[in-house]
Amino acid sequence: MIEVRFFATLREGRGKITQVPAEEASTAGDLLRRFNIPADEVAILLINGFHSKPADSVKDGDIISLFPPVGGG
Amino acid sequence: MEERYIRNLGALTEKECALLRTKTVFVAGCGGLGGYLIEMLLRLGVGTIRAADGDSFEASNLNRQLLSSPSALGQPKAEAAAARAALVNPDVRFVSVPEFVTEENAAELIRGCDAVLDALDNIGARRILARACASENIPLIHGAICGWSAQAAVILPGDDLIDRIYPDGSRLSSKTSLSFTPPFCAALQTALCTRLLAGRPLESGRLYMADLLDMEMETIF
Repeated sequence: MIEVRFFATLREGRGKITQVPAEEASTAGDLLRRFNIPADEVAILLINGFHSKPADSVKDGDIISLFPPVGGG
Repeated sequence: MEERYIRNLGALTEKECALLRTKTVFVAGCGGLGGYLIEMLLRLGVGTIRAADGDSFEASNLNRQLLSSPSALGQPKAEAAAARAALVNPDVRFVSVPEFVTEENAAELIRGCDAVLDALDNIGARRILARACASENIPLIHGAICGWSAQAAVILPGDDLIDRIYPDGSRLSSKTSLSFTPPFCAALQTALCTRLLAGRPLESGRLYMADLLDMEMETIF
């Protein structure tokens, strides 16, 4: 399974954390599409704590963390 | 020690309190974050606060901006900040600048400061401020809010944290903010700023994120 963690406004309607069968996503972008998240609404994409891009591959056991741009003041 | 700072003692040493009184900080923005940052820095007892904002108050600010009130609608935010400073702590030298932070004025605005506090509301101005801090060799205390969430970080010169937080192409999708999110974020920033100015150890490039809906605070990286 791949663990997907949502932060801030990305939790709305998705919860905080979910598991996706590894065979259903080969890249982080596949996960964004699965959860209807436009790529430009993700400011920080971490795979196992490392900065990554939607095109980067994901595998069983990975933890994906998704953060929207938090920019108000 | 002046009586007004006596309750700082214990949490801070007398030497640290005296050190804070010698420091100059720049607050970029006098809105949601900026109003609370200025309030906390005034009461903490820094030496000089320089604050800039080219905006004026409008009704949509009233749900969260400390310096706003119905009678202040239309008033320049920098002017309201100066009035608040004179009221709360006239011993702090306060310089208000009724201008937005731009490529043209950023370096001059922050020059000579010991720390810069980010109370801006857009990514473009944050990039300008971060570049100016790098070129002037001044630490930047980042803060930003959205809805129930707040984030803060210390960015020492040479750290590319702003580019990692806001990569090219990222856009702000929401302007939502609640009354308690700006003071929470400003408290995180002021605590980080106090550690920095007092010479206590801190880590650059760490992004702290709080979610007040789920009562969580995490170090993201």
